[in-house]
Amino acid sequence: MRGMSLVVKVVTNIVVGFIFIYGVYIILHGHLTPGGGFAGGVIIAGALVLRILAFGVEPVSEKRAEERASAFESLGALLFIGIAFAGLIIGGAFFLNFLPQGTPLRLLSGGIIPLCNIAIGIKVGAGLFTIFLALAAIKYVMED
Amino acid sequence: MIAFLACIVLFLIGLYAIVTKRNLIKIVIGFALMEYGINLLFALIGFRHGSVAPIITQIDMPRRFVDPVPQALVLTAIVIALGTTALMLAVALRIYNRYKTFDIAEIRKLKG
Amino acid sequence: MIELYLFLFIMLIAAVIATEIKDLLAAVISLGAVGFSVAIMFILVQAPDLAIVQIVVEILTIVIFVAVVFRTTHIDETIGKRFASTHILSMVLFSLFAFLFLAAVVQSLRELPRFGYATMRVASEYIRLGLSECGGANIVADVILDFRALDTLGEATVLFTSVIGVLALMRKIGRKR
Repeated sequence: MRGMSLVVKVVTNIVVGFIFIYGVYIILHGHLTPGGGFAGGVIIAGALVLRILAFGVEPVSEKRAEERASAFESLGALLFIGIAFAGLIIGGAFFLNFLPQGTPLRLLSGGIIPLCNIAIGIKVGAGLFTIFLALAAIKYVMED
Repeated sequence: MIAFLACIVLFLIGLYAIVTKRNLIKIVIGFALMEYGINLLFALIGFRHGSVAPIITQIDMPRRFVDPVPQALVLTAIVIALGTTALMLAVALRIYNRYKTFDIAEIRKLKG
Repeated sequence: MIELYLFLFIMLIAAVIATEIKDLLAAVISLGAVGFSVAIMFILVQAPDLAIVQIVVEILTIVIFVAVVFRTTHIDETIGKRFASTHILSMVLFSLFAFLFLAAVVQSLRELPRFGYATMRVASEYIRLGLSECGGANIVADVILDFRALDTLGEATVLFTSVIGVLALMRKIGRKR
């Protein structure tokens, strides 16, 4: 996949980091403000997609990126199920909120909710980026 | 009532595209329209006049919120909709790759 | 709430254009118009969580659609062809079904609470207990990750399955043709 013009590349270089940080912020504050794992994950996937669209990617490195993103997605899913089983082992119920509650309306509150948000954010972001790479960026599929 | 009916009409437009269109991309667009109609219907059912979004900003604030349950149901469904749409587009891309057309009537003729 | 009805109107117009237009690229853009109208309506009915997700998901949807349409063809050559008999049959059957469905929907919508007066039998418990039992200030996050977390696990499984499906469909290794 070819990249775009110089103007697009420079603007993308400036913007893409901020979009990524915004996605992380949305995930980490998911239990206090609108957002959460799903919204933040999709924003992170959007930042990665913007980078691919602007700079383009070689087929070889694209294959590697796809494998890495797919590994990240599995990591997110395992993290989510691991939190659920931790509740089962510690407290005897699947998805039990076993961590202390913390101060309400502070960042460190909500027990397992921020951890679940992080797991879902990794899973959704990596999963949607994998879909994009497989569907939109692979050129050689069409040549057979 | 009119707002609910508009969502149902959007659902029916999507169903119309799925049933009567012969182009695969149009069929995928029909699925997406049906998803939008149902998501919007859920969000509209949970609305209450004079309420705010279900987010607590102070401990002792008056808790007159809109219904959070439909929002929680729809929130996951939106992301799933993107996944299923991408899967349908992958199938369409494969079919185009094989038959060089999106017309399902042509594809049926070329079978064999 | 006059703006809500305005956006519902725009949404329906854009949906009709998306299904009927000949150029597939224009159809995809019209689908985007429907999606962004839905996002604005989510804000109007006090659902900011949904609005954030809808806007970003809509952008990604359009990017994927445009990538597919650019790769293949952007003319819907089935529009304007002579109607086949099966096509007319499906039209008739669809209009019959739509009539019956609308009649049933109008009957059942009478049973629902009116627009703007939700009953909230389940949700009042969630709102009362959300901050004290789970500790999250965002009630929607409490519902999807604590009260109804199994639901979210199921949705995550569906997303995982669709990703695996796309990867399996678009791979090159192991294909004969």
